[in-house]
Parts: sequence; C-alpha cells; structure tokens
Amino acid sequence: MTPKLPIYMDNSATTACDPRVVEAMLPYFTERAGNAASRSHSFGWAAEEAVNTARHQVAQLIGASAKEITFTSGATESDNLAIKGIVEMYHKKGNHVITCQTEHKAVIDTCKHLESNGLEVTWLGVDDEGRLDLAALESAITDRTILVTLMAANNETGTLHQVADIGHLCHDKGVIFHCDATQAIGRIPIDVDAMQIDLLSMSAHKIYGPKGIGALYVRRRNPRVRVTPMIDGGGHERGMRSGTLNVTGIVGLGKACAILNDEMGKDVEHARTLRDALEARFRAGLDHLRINGSVEHRLPNVLNISFGYVEGESLLMGIKDVAVPSGSACTSASLEPSYVLRALGLDDDLAHNSIRFSVGRFNSIEEVDYAADLVIDAVKRLRDMSPLYEMALEGIDLKSVQWDVH
Amino acid sequence: MAYSEKVIEHYNNPRNVGVLDKSAANVGTGLVGAPECGDVMKLQIEVDEDSGKIVDARFKTYGCGSAIASSSLATEWIKGKTVDEALEIKNTHIVEELSLPPVKIHCSVLAEDAIRSAIEDYKQKNQSVTENVQAN
Repeated sequence: MTPKLPIYMDNSATTACDPRVVEAMLPYFTERAGNAASRSHSFGWAAEEAVNTARHQVAQLIGASAKEITFTSGATESDNLAIKGIVEMYHKKGNHVITCQTEHKAVIDTCKHLESNGLEVTWLGVDDEGRLDLAALESAITDRTILVTLMAANNETGTLHQVADIGHLCHDKGVIFHCDATQAIGRIPIDVDAMQIDLLSMSAHKIYGPKGIGALYVRRRNPRVRVTPMIDGGGHERGMRSGTLNVTGIVGLGKACAILNDEMGKDVEHARTLRDALEARFRAGLDHLRINGSVEHRLPNVLNISFGYVEGESLLMGIKDVAVPSGSACTSASLEPSYVLRALGLDDDLAHNSIRFSVGRFNSIEEVDYAADLVIDAVKRLRDMSPLYEMALEGIDLKSVQWDVH
Repeated sequence: MAYSEKVIEHYNNPRNVGVLDKSAANVGTGLVGAPECGDVMKLQIEVDEDSGKIVDARFKTYGCGSAIASSSLATEWIKGKTVDEALEIKNTHIVEELSLPPVKIHCSVLAEDAIRSAIEDYKQKNQSVTENVQAN
C-alpha cells in the first residue's frame, strides 16, 4: 500500500502539532482570550490558571518545580537568556564559559557574540562519534569559569552527551551547567536533579506543540541560580522575561508535555522501532554506508547516514516524496558542508553525502518501507552515474587521486 | 531549492551516461572537480580521426542535480561538433539553457572544464602518436 505522499521524516527540524494540543489551545484564542496579567476579571483569571497548569505540566516532564519554569519564545531565546543572563549576572565571579564546537547555532553564535565583547570561551572538540572527552572538560574548568553550556543531544546526528556526568562534574567544581535539551526532551528521560542541570532550554515545536513557544528552566535551590533578564518591561515571569504571555502557546506547550508525561515510553518505542527498521532496510539493500555520530549513544528517532559516492542534494532530488535534509553544502545557504559533521573529523565528501532521517509520533512502518525502497533505488541509480563509485569498484583509493580542488 | 524544468528533465533522463574505452587513441577523458567540494565530473569524447568530429560522448557525475544536468547537456551539445567547435561552448551557455541560479554557476563552469579537459587529453594522446610516427 502506498502511504500518503509526501512523507515527513524531518521531525528533528520540527513536528506537527498533536491534534490534542491544538484542541487544548483553541478556547484560549476565542472565549478564553484573556491576558494572564489581568487581575480584575474572570478572563484574566482563566488565562492565569491555564498558564499555571502548563507550568506544572512542563516542570513535571523534567523533574522541576513550576516556579523554576520561565516561558520564552522558544529554545533560541532560552539559550540566549541562559548564557547572556548568566554571563552578566556572574561577571564579577569570572569571565570564562565552556562550550563545544557541535552545539546548535543558538549557543555557538551567542557565545561568539559574547566572545567578541571580551568573554573568554573554550570551544571543546568531539571525537569521531561526536562525543565529549570529560577529562578535557574537567581540565578546561578554571576558577574563572562561570558556565558550562552543552547540549543533551545533537540536532544533526542525535548523538548524546554524558549529561549526568557533566552535571555532576560542574557541581563538584562549583560551575553552573546550562543544557540545551531541545532535541532530547520527549526522546530520552531528562531529570534536572538526577542530571544536576542548572538551566535547561526547550521548545514546544519539537515535541508536537506549536512553534514560537519554549521554556527555560532555572534552578532555584542547591544552588540557587540567578539570571539577568534580557527583555525588560512589565515584569512578567517574575521579571525574568517581560512581555504579555503567549497564553495559547503556553497551553500548547503544557499539553504537549502532559501527553509526554503519560505516553513518552510508547512514543520512544514507536520511534525506535521505525528508525531501526529504516536502518536495517538500508543495510540490507546497500553497501558503503556510514552512520554519522554515535551508534550506541544516540536519540532513538534519528538516523544520520552517508551513502558513499552519492551527493546528498542529488539524492534528495531523487526522493522528493520524502521530506528529509542533507548535510551537503549544496543544500545550505553558506555553501559549506555541515559544521557538526566536520567537527567529527568526517571527510567533507562524507558530509556532502549525508542525509538525516528523523521519525516521529505520526510516522508509520508503511512510510518507512516506502521511503527505504525509494532511497535504495535512487542511491543505486546515482551510483551508476557516479565516477567515484566506478573508481572505488576499480579499487582506486580516492584519497590517492590528485583532485583539482576549486 | 527549486530547480528549473530542464534541470529536472536532465536529472530524470540523463543523456549519455556511461564509459568509453579510455585507452583508445581516439578517446579523450576529462576528470574535474573534487569529492570534498561535492562535485566530480568525468567526461569522455570519441573523435572520428578522418572528420575530426566528436562522434560519441559519455559522462559520469557525482554532484548535485545541476551538476548532473550540466554534464548531461554538455555531452548532448558536443556530439557531432568538431573538437574546435566544442571548445567554443562556454559555461554561460549552459547557465542560460538550464536557467541555473547564481549558486549553481560553478556546476556549469565544471562542465566547461570537463569538455576542455577531455579535449586536452585527446590532443595530448594524438600529439604523442604523431610525434612517434615522425620519430619512426
């Protein structure tokens, strides 16, 4: 049976809203459209109550308390608020931040911005699986270090960092730990106490909620962490983030978290089954494959894979009914291949050949089978016209060839 | 990236994919580009020694859809031309025919380079043949 086309397999980029989320949000657009800051009438009270409920739902998902949750416009704002807010609040204690080369741009560019203003930043590298060397992290910490900011799971490869180990190390050293958990939430268990996370960024639209809403968790005790606000105004969110609350979005984020509080195990199992089936189909049908990132330590729903001797963008053209991205330079605005894959020490040609499949709650096994057939056929067809594949079959080591690099 | 209809058509039905005998004296082979840049083109020509015309052309390309289309178009255009006529094909002609956007102009440059490189290889081979004949 042919599934409905096109097939969406880009759930790491964003997810469709769960219909239950949309349903929960709808009344707050219309009959309950009050401002959560209006204290003088029932419309305001209803909105405030909905926001409180959502705050508890979000907190529950990460093992926090509701007072530790600040609503933002999304993970990018949360990352900015966490990093800039800590650097400003603790500038008397030190001016050194540690991060990693494979972080999301929201962290990298925030750190670069602060670096250009005089902050000292250590950019840790990763091994060929995208994993951190904890000894390198430990030796990078000095008495001037105020913040370590490292993601839970990489957005391109799904590779997991050793979040709990990092958290404990930071607390032993008295350094604040911010974790961008945007990709990890809902896909691996996250508990801010068990993992000793002090600040955590998350976004609704990666977990079947709406776009334009996210949250920042800020630890209130052991230790109490304080952040200088970035947006000044009416003092909303206990002064942490001024601006009229996006009540519909917050309700949506809360509902998305509530669904995960009940069903995350099922969700994860579903994604893992589909991802593993897709990977098994590729392995059975094709040779010269490489999984990018860690195979063992990765999100259950992501498969970042390079099809040897086939350029990613040309493959995307051949599978246009399957919505996936490539790490190829040709698909990026910068004309540079993925910086994440390059940080893994991957040859540029493997980055050019990479495709990220990320499945989710609304994918089916029929879609996986259909996509696998399409990809296998397209790879074979493109290899038939690939001079590199021909050379490889002739036993020529492509690295020994004098290429005319332009 | 939205492709022009002609790029899609060449991608779906590439002309002249294949291989000619690179050891034959009347076959010239050009290999341009680099894997780390994301595109490599191999273009081969077979020249009729009496007429000096390119009687066959084949390509294989590793690269994006525009690179595949550019090399497919190049083989189509050079067939039936003399070697000197083929050298007159410029990348701008390919850009125009395929409506390539600015970020894909390098694909057309590579196709022009591939034609030149194949012709150069053919000429070098035949120069040495001529020299050998003269030496004898």
